Amino acid sequence: MYRLLLAAPFLALAAPAHAATGEAVNPWVALAYLVAGVFFILALRGLSSPSTSRTGNRFGIIGMLIAVVTTLVTHDIANIAEIGIAIFLGGIIGFTIARRIAMTAMPELVAGFHSLVGLAAVLVGWAAYLNPGAFGLLVDGGISPVSKVEMGLGIAIGAITFSGSVIAFAKLSGRMSGSPILLPARHVINLGTLAAILVLTALFAMAGPSETMPLIVALTVLAFLIGFLLIIPIGGADMPVVVSMLNSYSGWAAAAMGFTLGNTAMIITGALVGSSGAILSYIMCRAMNRSFISVIAGGFGADASAGGGEAKEQRPYKQGSAADAAFMLEQAEKVIIIPGYGMAVAQAQHALREMADLLEEKGVEVKYAIHPVAGRMPGHMNVLLAEASVPYENVFELEDINSEFAQADVAFIIGANDVVNPAAKTDKSSPIYGMPVFDVDKAKQVFFIKRSMGGVGYAGVDNDVFYMDQTMMLLSDAKKMVEEIVKALD
Amino acid sequence: MDFISILSIFVLACFVGYYVVWSVTPALHTPLMAVTNAISSVIIVGALIAAAEAGSPIAKWLGLAGVVLASINIFGGFAVTERMLAMYKKKEKK
Repeated sequence: MYRLLLAAPFLALAAPAHAATGEAVNPWVALAYLVAGVFFILALRGLSSPSTSRTGNRFGIIGMLIAVVTTLVTHDIANIAEIGIAIFLGGIIGFTIARRIAMTAMPELVAGFHSLVGLAAVLVGWAAYLNPGAFGLLVDGGISPVSKVEMGLGIAIGAITFSGSVIAFAKLSGRMSGSPILLPARHVINLGTLAAILVLTALFAMAGPSETMPLIVALTVLAFLIGFLLIIPIGGADMPVVVSMLNSYSGWAAAAMGFTLGNTAMIITGALVGSSGAILSYIMCRAMNRSFISVIAGGFGADASAGGGEAKEQRPYKQGSAADAAFMLEQAEKVIIIPGYGMAVAQAQHALREMADLLEEKGVEVKYAIHPVAGRMPGHMNVLLAEASVPYENVFELEDINSEFAQADVAFIIGANDVVNPAAKTDKSSPIYGMPVFDVDKAKQVFFIKRSMGGVGYAGVDNDVFYMDQTMMLLSDAKKMVEEIVKALD
Repeated sequence: MDFISILSIFVLACFVGYYVVWSVTPALHTPLMAVTNAISSVIIVGALIAAAEAGSPIAKWLGLAGVVLASINIFGGFAVTERMLAMYKKKEKK
């Protein structure tokens, strides 16, 4: 908390200077936007613990209210009715989506929302270009080159966020295949397009008032295109990074617009959101031991699936039934459950919680272990477990629980695969080598719920855990299997 | 426009963001993304100005469209965050 208190005075000192726009800005207005920005900081700060998080969310709402009301009262509004209708319409749509959405669909919802921020940034950028007077951007009858650079970059980042998020949304919601689509020479195309966008921004900034239109149109179109091209080669397993990265872009887009309009609330928020997304991308990359560049370059998992088709020796494994599993779970003292994306797909979280409740009644200690990249977005599994009313004290992060597998009687893997693969520790040739994984091989007994022996994880690598002496494969739909175990436990 | 003072706000805010976000518990990373989504829609400020000012009818309509999009995000983002956060519960004391 003290770090914020230290930073706040600096922000406050910097704020009045913002009044130096073309037309005199009321310092109280600048102050109100600054206060809104501080509330947004407090909103994120609240998320440091589930107990303070809801207060944080309220702070965010207050901040937004301050920003909107300030804007409305300080401008001569000719058409308040139209604006009211626009807000009402958006509000109804937003509320309805938020109420109806299933928790398992959270990744595509977030991707969809990112696309809206991106498109809104493009629209605002264009509006500022078409009506610079409204934003106090007119200097000697034209827009200054600095403002035009900010505007161009804001539109470009917004457009990339929009089209990139649309693709991410389509992939996450299954409207488009999750497998990477690789164009020939895609790196050359992408770098060329990015360079073209930068050149166009520079030309746009230097062009005279009558020549800017074709440049900004070309800039916008190219930016939409590059967002599309950047995301199509990235496969499903890398989606957590992509969603985080687009989160970051939506922040930078808002910040760029804040620069254009000289608005502190937008700049502070943009910087917060931008760094938030960047940190999440970094955490996700670290959890997969992959560099950000290699994720962005895409193609992961595309060739591995082809290699999997080769004739492999059939290795023996043990298969068990729900009754076997129930019997051994009852005898255990400590069970660690490792959920993965498969649990989300099967919607097995509620049945899982029932199973854990029954075990706890019988005196078994049950803990949940979550890998940072489990699921399709950061924290996805935690939300699903929370939805099934699993108390958050029972849910642990990788580094906090990994040492406990040696004392665990049962490691219960449901819908996860790569995150328990010991090849990440031992096999240097494995595509997932170096990725931190759960030490399930140290547990006395391993249960592995999986649809069939055929499919392997997103990385397309075989998993030695299947064939260990202490492993029992439970081959079935995750939800069905857990429900059967629950029945057997009763 | 004083570019340097705007830039200093931006740079300092990046640092604030860096420290604040690292202190967010990983269990709340999904709500973090939802709420950052909602607050980045503060871009509605720009859309409102465009929608309110006379001068360019096209800019006005672009602004109004921006207001609709940003409102979806603001209401949807805060509401879905609230819904998620309400699910995080402590163990019931028996």
